[in-house]
Amino acid sequence: MDQSPKSAGIYPVVILGHVDHGKSTLIGRLLHDTGRLPDGKLAELEAAAKRRGAALEWAHVTDALQLERDQGITVDTTRIWFPTARRTYQIIDAPGHAEFLRNAVTGAAAAQAAILMVDISRGVEAQTRRHAYLAHLLGIRRLIVAVNKMDLVDYSSSRFSLVTSELDSYLTEIGLEADVMVPISARHGDGVAAGSADMAWWTGPTLLQALDALPAPAAPRERPLRLPVQDIYRRDDSRILVGRIEAGRVRVGDNVDIAPGGQQARVASLETWNGAVQLAAAAGESVALTLDKPVFVERGHVLVAPAAPAAQSHAVAVRLFWLDRTPLKPGDRLTFKHLTASYPVTVERIRHLVDVETLAEQDATEVPQNAVADLVLRSTRPVVFDRHDEDPATGRGVLVRDYRVAGGCLLLDGADTVKAQNITAVSTSVGPAERAAANGHLGGVIWLTGLSGAGKSTLAMGAQSLLFSRGWQVTVLDGDNLRHGLNRDLGFSAEERAENIRRTAEVARLMAESGMIVITSLISPARADRAAARQVAGGHFREVHVRADLSVCEARDPKGLYAKARAGEIRNFTGISAPYEEPERPDLAIDTGRDSVTAAIAKLVDHIDRQFGRSTASLRLSDRRVAG
Amino acid sequence: MDHLDRLEHESIYILRETVHRFEKPAMLWSLGKDSNVMFWLARKAFLGNIPFPLMHLDTGLEFPEVYAFRDRYRAEWDLNLIADDCPPIEEVDQDLPPDSRVAARKTLGLKQALARYEFDAIIAGIRRDEQATRAKERVFSPRADDGSWDVREQPPEFWNHYNLDTPPGIHVRVHPLLQWTEVDIWRYIQRENIPIVPLYFAKDGKRFRSLGEIGITKPIDSEAADIAAIIAELETTSAPERAGRTMDHEAENAFERLRSSGYM
Repeated sequence: MDQSPKSAGIYPVVILGHVDHGKSTLIGRLLHDTGRLPDGKLAELEAAAKRRGAALEWAHVTDALQLERDQGITVDTTRIWFPTARRTYQIIDAPGHAEFLRNAVTGAAAAQAAILMVDISRGVEAQTRRHAYLAHLLGIRRLIVAVNKMDLVDYSSSRFSLVTSELDSYLTEIGLEADVMVPISARHGDGVAAGSADMAWWTGPTLLQALDALPAPAAPRERPLRLPVQDIYRRDDSRILVGRIEAGRVRVGDNVDIAPGGQQARVASLETWNGAVQLAAAAGESVALTLDKPVFVERGHVLVAPAAPAAQSHAVAVRLFWLDRTPLKPGDRLTFKHLTASYPVTVERIRHLVDVETLAEQDATEVPQNAVADLVLRSTRPVVFDRHDEDPATGRGVLVRDYRVAGGCLLLDGADTVKAQNITAVSTSVGPAERAAANGHLGGVIWLTGLSGAGKSTLAMGAQSLLFSRGWQVTVLDGDNLRHGLNRDLGFSAEERAENIRRTAEVARLMAESGMIVITSLISPARADRAAARQVAGGHFREVHVRADLSVCEARDPKGLYAKARAGEIRNFTGISAPYEEPERPDLAIDTGRDSVTAAIAKLVDHIDRQFGRSTASLRLSDRRVAG
Repeated sequence: MDHLDRLEHESIYILRETVHRFEKPAMLWSLGKDSNVMFWLARKAFLGNIPFPLMHLDTGLEFPEVYAFRDRYRAEWDLNLIADDCPPIEEVDQDLPPDSRVAARKTLGLKQALARYEFDAIIAGIRRDEQATRAKERVFSPRADDGSWDVREQPPEFWNHYNLDTPPGIHVRVHPLLQWTEVDIWRYIQRENIPIVPLYFAKDGKRFRSLGEIGITKPIDSEAADIAAIIAELETTSAPERAGRTMDHEAENAFERLRSSGYM
């Protein structure tokens, strides 16, 4: 493998600052002075300047868009590479205009360090502070301040001291400290790559020296495993989980917890494209792995180290920077994307705005564009997270509204606040589509049939618990329980069993139509009765045969019923003194004599997910024509 | 992890996001060095089973070596390849400069394929360091109904939360190599032993640094006859990669106009 210094990495640096303080000019200058301006570019710029009858604009090196050249502003972020003796830099130019803050964020979030530009003739302006604060929020911890346009103040050292001390006190307040502040003139090249005769008073580094003096990025701290599931691929019979390790490491044989839901499994293998053996992987790697047992897992789940579980909360407190033109208000519904999960959330309340100039906290009824605020988000599903101060990578996410990323959030803490009073708007139409959109799944009737002791109740309860932990609307109708209430007038004759099933099917249908997943757990031995139930529940109905040999069921005999039936104490007992008619074509059959309880539950939940949940890429993968 | 590993794993993540989100993606295979790297990454991402077709926008004007390469690896890698002819030059916007018109046939070819196959995502191997307007691209770049690129209204994209939430009816350009540089591509080709069209290697003092159509693509002076020599050459050159692509240089905004109307 190539070990030359340049393959060691690229050092990304963002240039921030108020519009017109000279960011793009600096980039053009840096490229020119380091000999990295492409051949012909200088001539091209000179010709363009001549056509316009204006002075040569260094900024046009990166302001590539016609709009940018015509208006003399940077609209969008761009990236330029240049090497020094020490390393290769990727310079990210971020627009300074307030309107383009979303583009500045796009660029700045990728940076290791920032150069904050200040026009000395204008001093520290609102955007200067805003950008410094933004760099802080985005997690940039190295900062060089470039005090530009020194030529406009006759290279005055006292003006330089004035501006730097003003900025210094602001930076200290927001918890940032500049590595160094340097005086430059980007247009004329003073203090950029070389020193300046006009600034003999300056004994500090040039800008390039200051960049080269920044320490290499620290290796990520060793943290417990966080592997968000990105997708699930099916290959033959195996389910392959893919995702990128955000923290920690994973080895074949490791036990992992699957959050939320608390299932456990062991990593059975790491899969590779060419069959090469891989036994371990670390943070940053996009991996593919299999688990030793079939568990219910989908995109958004996180594999975590059992010894160090992540926090889970339905309500989370976040520090937000808001980029959308339409202000954010309490009660607004949007999508919170964190790791690979997408949570439907409601803005529960705005705690306060943070004034990025004074850092004062202000009460507010809404968050306007480009503002910073602390607020509480409530999710229908538990959010699995680490606090941002524990790990920036797993402690932040974005808010999406109307198909656009509208803000960035640092996760401050779980917030188990009292739920705000629900005020439900009157809606004229609540149909299956509206319910499915709200619930994230369709309504359905999962009709479990099988002998007493086959495991229907166990499977029903297990599946209910797993689906509930994923935020599904789910309930179980248990035959025994129904006979205590709704069906307490019914016995066990064929007619009464039929009526028992009809009533249960009607109730299940009502609940499914209201958007729920209903798992029924009744022996339901007669084919004709089950067919009638299917008739009642219509398209919602799925028949699941929970099968186990009579001998197995009799050996289990959880309620002691088989013993009583054998002793003749119970009449019409299915399997002993009454027939059980096996389904001929069930939608799913689960053999509890062969599968473990966990495996059986996973099969059931997987089936429900596929029939009534969001469709997964894994299904499409197995269907498509394959290349390569 | 070294620098190439980081790039590789990020690109794999991007490709997997694409397949998670989109029903009908397709990957552009221009047969150049970048698209071969992209194909290689897709093999890794999907464990050898790439769940979308590759697409070559064929102008009929590729170099013979390029067609030979395509036919060889189409068979060898058992590719699901779409290689429809692009519409003729007469259908291109006649206001464009002449060489740009040749390139714009690919834009039309892409629009034709979008209509014909109803793709909702097009995976393209462009890089930020190739060209200044490409430097401003997003990894997931939503397109308007007519396929055009609105540079003023690009959505924010940060912290690896790509723009997967797009309105129905539009298509998205996906750029898994956006963050790679030309030298990264060559180092990766070297490390992984990825086949490429031999036109990249110097013959009689000339080689192609960037491959396009016959007539609008010129070779550069070079003695670099193997990958190591190419990497050494790139370490010192200050000539831009696309200097030999004549369409870029016809007018100050030629390439921007091409891209705004849907070129890659």
